Amino acid sequence: MQTKNIMIVGVGGQGSLLASKLLGHLLLKYGYDVKVSEVHGMSQRGGSVVTYVRYGDKVFSPVIDKGEADVIVSFELLEAARWTEYLKEGGVIVTNTQRIDPMPVITGAAQYPENLAEKIASLGVKIDAFDCLSLAREAGSEKAVNIVLLGRLSSYFDYDPEDWKQAIRECVPQKFVELNLKAFELGRASETA
Amino acid sequence: MSKQLMLGNAALARGLYEAGCCVASSYPGTPSTEVTEEAAKYDAIYCEWAPNEKVAMETAFGASMAGKRSFCGMKHVGLNVAADPLFTIAYTGVNAGMVICVADDAGMHSSQNEQDSRHYAEAAKLPMLEPSNSSEALAFAKAAYEISEKFDTPVIIKMCTRIAHSQSVVETGEREELPTKPYEKNIQKNVMMPANAKKRHYDVEKRMKALEEYAETTPLNRIEWGGKELGIITSSTSYQYTKEVFGDSVSVLKLGMVHPLPEKLIRKFASNVKSLAVIEELDPVIENYCRQLGLTVIGKDILPLEDEYSQNLVAAAFGRPVPEGKKLADAVPPRPPVMCAGCPHRGMFYLLSKHKLTVFGDIGCYTLGATAPLYALDISTCMGASLSGIHGFNKALGKESEKKTVAVIGDSTFMHSGMTGLANIAYNQSVSTVIILDNSITGMTGHQQNPTTGYNIKGDPAGKIDLEALCRAMGFTRVRVVDPYDLAATEKVLLEELAAEEASVIISRRPCALLKYVKHAPPLHVEADKCRSCKACMKLGCPAISMREGKCVIDSTQCVGCGVCEELCKFSAIVK
Repeated sequence: MQTKNIMIVGVGGQGSLLASKLLGHLLLKYGYDVKVSEVHGMSQRGGSVVTYVRYGDKVFSPVIDKGEADVIVSFELLEAARWTEYLKEGGVIVTNTQRIDPMPVITGAAQYPENLAEKIASLGVKIDAFDCLSLAREAGSEKAVNIVLLGRLSSYFDYDPEDWKQAIRECVPQKFVELNLKAFELGRASETA
Repeated sequence: MSKQLMLGNAALARGLYEAGCCVASSYPGTPSTEVTEEAAKYDAIYCEWAPNEKVAMETAFGASMAGKRSFCGMKHVGLNVAADPLFTIAYTGVNAGMVICVADDAGMHSSQNEQDSRHYAEAAKLPMLEPSNSSEALAFAKAAYEISEKFDTPVIIKMCTRIAHSQSVVETGEREELPTKPYEKNIQKNVMMPANAKKRHYDVEKRMKALEEYAETTPLNRIEWGGKELGIITSSTSYQYTKEVFGDSVSVLKLGMVHPLPEKLIRKFASNVKSLAVIEELDPVIENYCRQLGLTVIGKDILPLEDEYSQNLVAAAFGRPVPEGKKLADAVPPRPPVMCAGCPHRGMFYLLSKHKLTVFGDIGCYTLGATAPLYALDISTCMGASLSGIHGFNKALGKESEKKTVAVIGDSTFMHSGMTGLANIAYNQSVSTVIILDNSITGMTGHQQNPTTGYNIKGDPAGKIDLEALCRAMGFTRVRVVDPYDLAATEKVLLEELAAEEASVIISRRPCALLKYVKHAPPLHVEADKCRSCKACMKLGCPAISMREGKCVIDSTQCVGCGVCEELCKFSAIVK
């Protein structure tokens, strides 16, 4: 199988590392060669962060380049816009509609562009934008945004949802399993915004 | 054991474990930190955070002399700090195997420069291995110990961000328990004074010759024959980009040992391909070697010296088509890293900025104090440089600068290499004002303990150095402790110490807001009818505060209730 590429993008501190860990865990179980490339250190401090997940028969490069991503999973709308260029023709962006102002917007040096989801869609890009934060709150914690997104992502794959849930059980501390399973279900079942 | 996904750094730690490593001493630094953190999860390896890389390397050397396999890990700039022992333990050699990991940061994801550590292997005359994925990280750690003991030399393993922080598939094995190699006194070999070192230099050169022979046949280096039109010599993550772009259409000489380089193998490879290229990040080390051999080679004439590579970069350099994505017409504002909401450094930086002080900065989260809107730092270079720098600045300009300058340094950085700078201020008597930003942890690298926290790498109670007592013992009579969340009290102390006629130390103490044990107050919010849009709170550069429809709003998902903005609001619009 040709290598498939999933990018997970967001703002440092939003929990993208857990999402990539779960995804890597699941894909390895399906017997693929897998590489997951992360960002640690300074960039994590509220900066734009990206995690690359690649899988297939044999994966070489640990990173995903422009025009290569099959799916971009985004924790924040501006980040979806930033990385749109990395999407392959025919790929899909699954994104939280949450807005987090970056420092240049906070200081007034730049504007946060309006109607980003519509603008991305107008490029002819398939974008699935929905309010993960509300669903995460419904599941019991704002921090469950990552699993809500993963739930939605799962609907783009033919894999048995039970396998995804098993990965959650295996990767998440026991006391948070129930909350995260609920977040997964809410994300998977949600309507497109 | 079953296959599993492992971070390159975790796989290297696994390799240390399986190779029977007994002692690891390191200083944290992105992207090297997780090697030692992961090694600490194996009870069979004694692990510690040393105060700095030089101490770590000398500790590992001591353990090797004692007859136990040992390890030390650091980032590229850390190897500068440890360069002193490095060049001389290259002469003494080892007893039990000793492995040094250095992790480079091409792309400078979290570093102050982009130096290429391969030059150290050449300069210190040490073998260097360079894995290209996690399974090699594990295997090379074991190979490194064998080389170390066979050739009586420390061995360097060079990682880079994309290998250190990428997970790929590994298969783990069992640990090999080794007997302690008895320590034997050998003054000629181990006491490096001129008469002895002079003789050892001949041994080092002999060892290099033997290692060159080894490099010709080791399975660490391999040729993957493919198309013969183009042959590419490469290593590390560049090997992965090469395979991604060219597959089997070219031949590849994949180097796992990047110093010394295998002359005969390179000549054989070059003679079997029509044209020869070298793909390597940063400096043209392999390329220059090929040129020394008289080979014609494509390299930095088409590839950059700066930044990290990728498959598209390599493809474009060789004239291959690269995919293009669709780009928004709108400008997407950048999102640089910032100090976190509730960061205890923010209040102090706000005050330094407010009083327009010249600030010597240092290396840590607080380097972000240089960014908008605080712009609080003037100069930042390397670990510990703030305290030495302010002393020089004040000696040069005298009284006119002493009242307007401060140095800021974190607790961990102070223990790393700030103490000697402070000793210089005490001894040579500049009236400098030093601020130790004590957030009770090594922050930027992801919360490692240090000699001031009272805990060791495993989180168990350890020795705790008392910063106030240490400063007083150096002769500072003015040592003040402030809580940076209390702006008024902090400002008062800051102004008093700047006005004082002798040097002083202000310890700005408040644990990092991200520490698990730190309990946060509920998020604050803005009462819109009271907000006069004066933007006083915005001057803090807190990521939780932004303007919406002309009024300040606080993002409840980010706010940790530190209350610093509340202190700045003259209209009591920010409330609990």
